[in-house]
Amino acid sequence: MKAFMNHLAFEFGSGVRNKNLLLMNYLFPLGFYLLMGFIMPAINQPFREMLIPVMVVFAILSAAMLGIPDPLVNARENGIFRSYKINGVPALSILVIPVITTTLHLLIIAFIITVSAPLLFAATMPVYLSGFIITFLAMAIASCGIAVLIGVVSSSSRMTVLWSQLIFVPSMLLGGMMIPYSMLPGAAGKISQIMPATHAMNAFKGLSMGFQPDFSAWGSIIILLLTGILGFGLALFLFSWDSRNTRRRGPAWLAFLVLLPSIVGIFFLG
Amino acid sequence: MSATPIVTLQDFRKTYGTFTAVDGISFDIHEGEIFGLLGPNGAGKTSTLECLEGLRRPDGGTMKIAGLDPAADSLKLRNLIGVQLQAAGLPESITPREAMRLFCSYHNAAPRYDLLERLGISEKSQTQFYELSAGQQRRLVLALAVAHDPKVLFLDEPTAGLDVASRVELHSLMKELQARGTTILLATHDMAEAEDMSDRVAILLKGRLAAIGTPMQITATGAGLTRISVRTECDSLLHPVITFPSVQHFKVEEQYIIYFSQNVGATLADIIASINLHKDTIIDLRVERPSLEDRFLEITSRGGVR
Repeated sequence: MKAFMNHLAFEFGSGVRNKNLLLMNYLFPLGFYLLMGFIMPAINQPFREMLIPVMVVFAILSAAMLGIPDPLVNARENGIFRSYKINGVPALSILVIPVITTTLHLLIIAFIITVSAPLLFAATMPVYLSGFIITFLAMAIASCGIAVLIGVVSSSSRMTVLWSQLIFVPSMLLGGMMIPYSMLPGAAGKISQIMPATHAMNAFKGLSMGFQPDFSAWGSIIILLLTGILGFGLALFLFSWDSRNTRRRGPAWLAFLVLLPSIVGIFFLG
Repeated sequence: MSATPIVTLQDFRKTYGTFTAVDGISFDIHEGEIFGLLGPNGAGKTSTLECLEGLRRPDGGTMKIAGLDPAADSLKLRNLIGVQLQAAGLPESITPREAMRLFCSYHNAAPRYDLLERLGISEKSQTQFYELSAGQQRRLVLALAVAHDPKVLFLDEPTAGLDVASRVELHSLMKELQARGTTILLATHDMAEAEDMSDRVAILLKGRLAAIGTPMQITATGAGLTRISVRTECDSLLHPVITFPSVQHFKVEEQYIIYFSQNVGATLADIIASINLHKDTIIDLRVERPSLEDRFLEITSRGGVR
């Protein structure tokens, strides 16, 4: 436990000390938040009502999808996992610690956004704090689970960028952050339900902001949690210590199973 | 050093697809021994080391460290072995002090900050890993490998990239660890280091064991010629050049005549008799036995012997 805590403390410090992680964890989400906060309410008044959830979901996507996979791939490529293995660092720690530290950084960001947005941009405050925290944690778990899985199965940094962007960009466009779910055409709405951002926005809307959700808000929470758990489990199953020793317990395509909860959800949530 | 084997390889094989990297080698390493593992690139040293370290699985035969199978008992072995990998892999933002604390905590050992001091990196203890020089990075990885007082230490090219002072310090540390009972498996390309430091060496060639024994035994079994360099005051051996029946061949370098001979006693006697005969005086006389490097080159150039 002491070793795990030491490792956690080091990784948490790295999130600020490492320039890339500092950018993905803090500078990028906060910069985008300030930009969107100044621009969007001016051209679209109702945006204020969902500014806080939108920016929190954006911060989670940015920190998880852009911040977690690449360091994992680099660590594997540069022999850091090998050093960890010979010194007794378990695979579980290697995968779970970035999730915990990213979530801690995200808590700080979410706090900054939630406290400052009403003051700076007259944004609507969450009505139900417990719903806000539950949705935040569910989205963080889902995004980090997928991000860790991408880091484990990507063969290189270039592939990491490809897979991460495959989640990040559609989430930004169709995930209910820029265009509300209710305004999407039927098929696009269904497709958007594959993305965690759609479920997070739906859950924030229903459980935290006091609006009518587009579909079951608790259903969205369950899908997010199942996605996160499945993503993390698959990452642990497919984990390999060494880029030169690529023997895995299963084929990389198994990673697509992480989409199963949201695909099943399309048929049950309506 | 005891004769109890602590590392045992029996008919060990490692293949990659159709390529056989190690083809059925067997040897023991005794407790408290410094054992040199030598071989040209592609000889199978790294595959052997990585299987012993538990980083890869053997494809045949058995290997044991302190009675444990590195592939099956890898967790139990972690605190018994220390590994200095050839390529230092640590997170780029970790500082030497943090790395020492982190890895020692995973080994349930107290951090050995004194090793940072001893290996000359205490001044950089708060510097991030990527800011350290290559030599400092290697010294840090070495400090981490020995910090938990392992029973068996694997060193892969430990002195590559180190300056002279660090190299001397490392050798002194290795001897100290050996005196405390640590067994050291040293994989190196540096023949002088292997000869100086190792109690026994094994030479691998194309995945097979080409030679094993003490450096003295290995050099003695070759056809190596002893090199006798002589310089005299009046150059009586040079003008004209004098050679002797026991000399295989000779060469002249600057004011030295260098004889190569298998019969050192006879050659020396002939040299001294000739110098006395010419009423000359010896300025410098050096007798150098064949080195491990000479023997290594001999073995590798002819494709190896069992």
